[in-house]
Amino acid sequence: MEVKDIYIRNMKTGDFKENEYLEEYLKELRANGVNIAVQKLDDLINWGRSNSVWPLTFATSCCGIEFMSLGAARYDFARFGWEVTRNSPRQADVVFCCGTIVHKMAPVLKRLYDQMAEPKYVMAFGACAIGGGPFKSSYHTVMGVDQIIPVDVYIPGCPPRPDAMIYGMMQLARKIKMQEFFRLPKQPSVESRHCEGDSPKQSIDETGLLRSATNDEAKKGGEQ
Amino acid sequence: MKNLENLFSQLPFATVEQKENIYNLTVPKENLYEVASFLRKNGFDYLRDIVGMDYGDTLGVIYSLSSVENPEIILSLKTTTSDKEAPKFDSVIDLWDSADLYEREAHDFFGICFENNPDMRRLFLRQDWRGFPLRKDYDASPEINPVPFENENLAEMETLPAIDVMNADDKFEKHHTVFEKGEYVVNFGPQHPATHGVLHLRVSLDGEVIKHIDPNFGYIHRGIEKMSEAYTYPQILHLTDRLDYLSGTMNRHAVCLAVEKGLQLEVPERAHYIRTIIDELTRIASHLLGWGAMCMDMGSITAFVYGMRDREKIMDIFEETCGGRLMANYGVIGGVMADIHPNFQKRVKEFIPYMRKMLKEYHLLFTGNPIARGRMDGIGYLSREKAISLGATGPVGRASGWSNDTRKIEPYAAYAKADFKEMLRTGGLTFDRYIIRLNEVEESLKILEQLIDNIPEGDYAAKTKAIIKLPEGEYFQRVEGARGEFCVYINSRGDKYPYRIKFRSPSMTLVNVLKAIVPGTKIADLIMLGGSLDYVIPCIDR
Repeated sequence: MEVKDIYIRNMKTGDFKENEYLEEYLKELRANGVNIAVQKLDDLINWGRSNSVWPLTFATSCCGIEFMSLGAARYDFARFGWEVTRNSPRQADVVFCCGTIVHKMAPVLKRLYDQMAEPKYVMAFGACAIGGGPFKSSYHTVMGVDQIIPVDVYIPGCPPRPDAMIYGMMQLARKIKMQEFFRLPKQPSVESRHCEGDSPKQSIDETGLLRSATNDEAKKGGEQ
Repeated sequence: MKNLENLFSQLPFATVEQKENIYNLTVPKENLYEVASFLRKNGFDYLRDIVGMDYGDTLGVIYSLSSVENPEIILSLKTTTSDKEAPKFDSVIDLWDSADLYEREAHDFFGICFENNPDMRRLFLRQDWRGFPLRKDYDASPEINPVPFENENLAEMETLPAIDVMNADDKFEKHHTVFEKGEYVVNFGPQHPATHGVLHLRVSLDGEVIKHIDPNFGYIHRGIEKMSEAYTYPQILHLTDRLDYLSGTMNRHAVCLAVEKGLQLEVPERAHYIRTIIDELTRIASHLLGWGAMCMDMGSITAFVYGMRDREKIMDIFEETCGGRLMANYGVIGGVMADIHPNFQKRVKEFIPYMRKMLKEYHLLFTGNPIARGRMDGIGYLSREKAISLGATGPVGRASGWSNDTRKIEPYAAYAKADFKEMLRTGGLTFDRYIIRLNEVEESLKILEQLIDNIPEGDYAAKTKAIIKLPEGEYFQRVEGARGEFCVYINSRGDKYPYRIKFRSPSMTLVNVLKAIVPGTKIADLIMLGGSLDYVIPCIDR
């Protein structure tokens, strides 16, 4: 199925390289047809949501400096409506996970994620957040944030350039745009294909949230 | 020098070896405190670092000392113990204030206990961590220490471990926790944008006045020192950039110089010049970010945007020549990775007048601003003696009047060829620490101006062997990072991997400074005082 209607700020589907996973996602969402009234309302809400994503300022190391560059004058993510960085997870829509996550930080990140309101998204910035990066052989590094929380977008680089970060942000905005807001709990796991192999299996629990199967604590946190 | 020999002659149980400006003093474990206090009384008032060592069958510590009068002389005080089960040394906490965190670090990594130091908690790792990671027999299998899913227990975090009270007067009996019962403690961090990283401060308050703080590190501890023991020297270089990412090229420079010294490698003059210029550009970028972040801590977003805007100019220069923006990845052993871009000199020459103009604007915008001055004046006093005792190098120490610029003390690369002043102030207040960074930017511009047209022709890197093996021995190198003295200590056993590598983090002492200057100030000033010290947490945690 061709993706025809996901555009973000005049950027057409063809402008992006990675469309395959969105096409599959869309196929899954549209499998049983769509109620036209609900879909129109969805479109309106998602237009608003995708243009005003509030990130949580969560930076542990080097990538945080590039994140600051992204917020400053030249790259200026305010152009895309992302500039309202929140310091409280209660007000944030997305965690920009900038930097290495280590053993001591892992529960803190987990807790921050659990405190965020639905719908929530995670972006893994840089090699460390994706899979341990240059610190892969360390005794104290978590090999990727997807071991702790589900990830929507992975942005490679060490650290990624702000341009790459903007590209990743656009990918997330497109994903938000095609979601069905009123049926959000049925969100399929996009990242499960991304992180095959050593990371824990993702499952959809009764609340529809993505949780790691190995972590019972996570489920408890989601139900509260 | 004669003076020094005189001094050593009064220490009968110490063996002295000299290698250039480094004196190695080996003493038996029993006499450690005696020798240390003797040295402290005779001028060695700056404890640079404490290096924990695992020699295989013995454990040891190395105290790196210097005196403020003769900063070019480095004294390494060494001692060992064969007791690997419960290694103990005397604490020097009452001689140097900086010893506190260093001793805790050695305890965390090697399990060495320092008697009479009441605070023998782990510094970086969780209190429930099993094993001592930097010991050679450490088992790193993830089953022993799995990724935790529970936050660390705060009560556990603040409880001081029960120590064998050696003194009869029960000196430490009553202090079993950091905080008294009923004290009002506020958690600050680790997830907080104003901590400049993931620092966790526990602040005890009386109303809005801070009584004392307890910093917790380790939220970004990646174990770089342990990893380096399994990496070759060119591989280690990539990790050094990620220690203090804002002065990454300087950190890299230090390791390059240390290895080159060991290999007795002749580095081309061109490489020296390029490295110096890149270092100074990094320093400007770092100070601009430090300035912007400090101003933002005081509520001025404009200053932050201005600082970042001008920093981007330097990032452009780096991108052209080094290929990376933040991580320049430029220095290699023997020189630099690639020759400079044809536009490099032109770009730098355009940048110098631009930056001078912008500095004037910064002063107009912020330095003279009555609101900003009202926040900064008269707050956060750090005396010169305290700065030396705490080992607060870099702009913070210089703002208190301690002349500690490594570029002047031990000129490396092309610094001897440039004519520049070491910025010194005597106030020791927040405003001094603020203004000294902007002044240092000016001095850095002067250095750039002198060097940029005189880059000699020639090779940009010396040829090295494919496998670099450092001859057996100890190597020490210090450079001036953007935050202070960055040192690297390499212990080689003739292999292509180091036996032990230790980085001295200038930021760690700055957190100790924060601990010393905040009691009595208002909680609203805590953020700004942290901003004025401008520490980088990944450098502390390593």
